[in-house]
Amino acid sequence: MKFAVLVFPGSNCDHDCYHALKHVVGVETSFVWHKEESLAGFDGVVIPGGFSYGDYLRCGAIARFSPIMKAVETFAREGGSVIGICNGFQILVEAGLLPGALIRNRGLKFICADVSLRVETTGTPYTAEFRKGEVLTMPIAHAEGNYVADPETLEKLKRNDQVVFRYCDAQGNATDAANPNGAMDNIAGIVSERRNVLGMMPHPDRCAEEILGGGDGLRLFRSMVGSLSESRV
Amino acid sequence: MKAKVYVTLKTGVLDPQGKAVEQALHALGFKEVGDVRIGKYLEIALNGATREDAEKRVREMCEKLLANLIIEDYRLEIVP
Repeated sequence: MKFAVLVFPGSNCDHDCYHALKHVVGVETSFVWHKEESLAGFDGVVIPGGFSYGDYLRCGAIARFSPIMKAVETFAREGGSVIGICNGFQILVEAGLLPGALIRNRGLKFICADVSLRVETTGTPYTAEFRKGEVLTMPIAHAEGNYVADPETLEKLKRNDQVVFRYCDAQGNATDAANPNGAMDNIAGIVSERRNVLGMMPHPDRCAEEILGGGDGLRLFRSMVGSLSESRV
Repeated sequence: MKAKVYVTLKTGVLDPQGKAVEQALHALGFKEVGDVRIGKYLEIALNGATREDAEKRVREMCEKLLANLIIEDYRLEIVP
C-alpha cells in the first residue's frame, strides 16, 4: 500500500502528514510535487495543510489548477481515497470535489487551538476506528475555516450522512459557543457522496502521536489504512 | 484594452471583514453607515481583442478562477 502526500508551493504540513503515515502508521509514503501529472501506483492521497500559493485570490483557488489536481480528480472519481486537511480541504472545495466553500472565520482571526470534535458518522473509511458521538480532541490552525453552503447542499449533506465531524464542547454538544470559526451547523469535516473524499479543517497530522498531545489523529490515519487494506482483500 | 473586475460576496454570505469595518466606522461617529461589504477589484490588461471577445473571455476567467460562484458574484467593465 502506498500513499501520496501532495506538495504545493506553500504547503507546510506535508512533512507532518508524511511522518504520521510513514513513521507512525508505517505505510509506504511519497511526496508528490504539484507539477506531476500522475498518481499511478498510489492507493491513497493526502492534500496537506499550509498556504498553497500564499492563499492568493482565495485559499486553494490557484492550487486547484495545479497539474496534479487533474490526476486527483480522476483518482477521486474512480473511488480512490483522498483526504484534504485544512488548506487541503480548501483545495478540495475549490476543485468541486466537495460541496460548499470555506470563508474567513467569523472572528476574523487566525485560530491555532485544540478543539473538541464530535464524530458524526463511522460510515466512512476514515472514521471506522471511532464510535459515533465520540468526542475527539484535535488542533485547528486556520483563518478561513468557516464552512458555508446553500440550504439545499446543507440539507443534502445531512440527509446523506456526509457530515463527519462537528465542533462541540467537551461534553459533545455542538453549541454556538463551541464553534470556533462560525462554520454552518458547526461543520468541521465532510465526506463526498461516494464517501471516498474527506475534507476537514482540524489537523489529524498534528495529533498522531502521544508525544504531540494525543492520538486521535493516528486513529483516523489507521482507519483509512485499515479500510484500504480490507477493500484490497 | 483593460478589464475592470469587481468580485463581491453574495448577499447573505457573512462578511466578517465588512462587519468589522462597519463597527469601526460607527465607533468613529459615522452613524449613517449601514451594511459594509468588502470585495476585490482586479484590473486586467488585455492584448489584441475586440470588445465583444474581451468581455466573453473575461467572463470565462471570472467563472473559472477569479470568483467562486458558490459564495461570490462578479461584475465587469471593459475600458479602452
